[in-house]
Amino acid sequence: MTAVGDIAKYLGDAGTRAALLDMLLDHVYLSLVPLVVSVVLAVLLGLLCHRFRQVNATLIGMSNIVYTIPSLALFAIIPALIGTQVLDPLNVIIALTVYTTALLVRPVAEALAAVPAHVTAAATAMGFRPLRRFLTVELPLSVPVLAAGVRVGSVSNISLVSVGALIGTGGLGTLFTDGFRQRYLAPIIIGIVLTLVLALVVDLLLVLLRNRLTPWARVGKP
Amino acid sequence: MIFADAFAWLLDPVNWSGGKSIPVRVGIHLLYCLGAVLGASLIAVPLGLYVGHTGRGGVVLVGGSNALRALPTLGLVTFLYLIAGGGTVGVLIGLIVLAVPPILAGAYAGIQDVDRGVVDAARGMGMTGSQRLWRVEVPNALPLLVGGLRNATLQVVATASVAAYVGIETLGRPLLDGLRVLDYGQFVGGAILIAVLAVVLDVVLAGVGRLVVPAGLRLSAAPAGRTRSRRTQRGRREEPVPVESGGSTA
Repeated sequence: MTAVGDIAKYLGDAGTRAALLDMLLDHVYLSLVPLVVSVVLAVLLGLLCHRFRQVNATLIGMSNIVYTIPSLALFAIIPALIGTQVLDPLNVIIALTVYTTALLVRPVAEALAAVPAHVTAAATAMGFRPLRRFLTVELPLSVPVLAAGVRVGSVSNISLVSVGALIGTGGLGTLFTDGFRQRYLAPIIIGIVLTLVLALVVDLLLVLLRNRLTPWARVGKP
Repeated sequence: MIFADAFAWLLDPVNWSGGKSIPVRVGIHLLYCLGAVLGASLIAVPLGLYVGHTGRGGVVLVGGSNALRALPTLGLVTFLYLIAGGGTVGVLIGLIVLAVPPILAGAYAGIQDVDRGVVDAARGMGMTGSQRLWRVEVPNALPLLVGGLRNATLQVVATASVAAYVGIETLGRPLLDGLRVLDYGQFVGGAILIAVLAVVLDVVLAGVGRLVVPAGLRLSAAPAGRTRSRRTQRGRREEPVPVESGGSTA
């Protein structure tokens, strides 16, 4: 097959390489900003779920419904709802934030509920006020579950941003639409490979971060 | 008001007859989804049962299915379209790749999470390996297995819209057409159809789950199949297969 030669030729052009870097950076921006925002949102909402049973049922039900909305639709309905431009990257960011938050709320609420009662009681007995207890005891203890959710969220965000190319927002997905239009395999292959590598690198960083945040998990391991 | 436009589009008789009508597209959409979920089940269920039962290859499995999850469906579908010269096979493979990780996670985690005491008791009663698998582990794993199937179905139904990009008449067609001519009614109408389809299939599968899950497990399975993390947060497993309904709902 000539695919390898095609790729070499495609990558041989300095302008292409610069464009690829731009797309990669766009992709990182479009997929990771929602991740960070939704971690914050999910912790807040998870806390609400944990404290108020009513909120819990409502939010979990809502998050199940959110998944059924095709991302392509969400990407393009958002401008109609909040009045942004159709090509505004903000649409993709908001859509992915909605998905990722929906993904994370439930594990966060369940992780908070699973903090052993004697641990919170001990913290209270030591004079921790609720806010401090939440930030220094309950939240850190739910990091492993939160991290597992964030890893899934990052992988699926990175692969979802590509769909944004169908409505013309940047990112590596542009390579797929370009390649398809020109019946040219090289950019598509490069796009797939770059997406995979990006997902793996981010995943690795998240694992490192989780290990930093949960030093107790290493105790007792060889 | 876009939702009014959407209902106008949905109720327009023109859209309900002919070769590109709503029912035809719903049918094509459903066919692709069924094919993808069936194909993915044929691959993922045996693999998940094997790895869960023998305990071998768990790390490879989790790593591999995470890598699969990172594959962009749009990239895969366009790639396979150009390779195979047609949309059908490419779209099916792309959707199967999408559906494998959640089903695999459900099967594997289902078997893994069966109470060790129960399995040991079965062994103590003299059950052979395959007897333990089919009479003890699989029935106990059913709630999570069905949960995995439901997640996979949700994702596939939402993502099959991407198939329209390579010329297949799924419910993604009104999305892409509506987008091109900025006809929001058609666009939102298509999105509503896909969401309704996803919800209906999810309800059907939940019903199937209720039928196949043994009565003794029903209490613990009450909040439906998607409550993975309740177990994981006890921190027994290093690598919990987390709730992953989110996946790629393209």
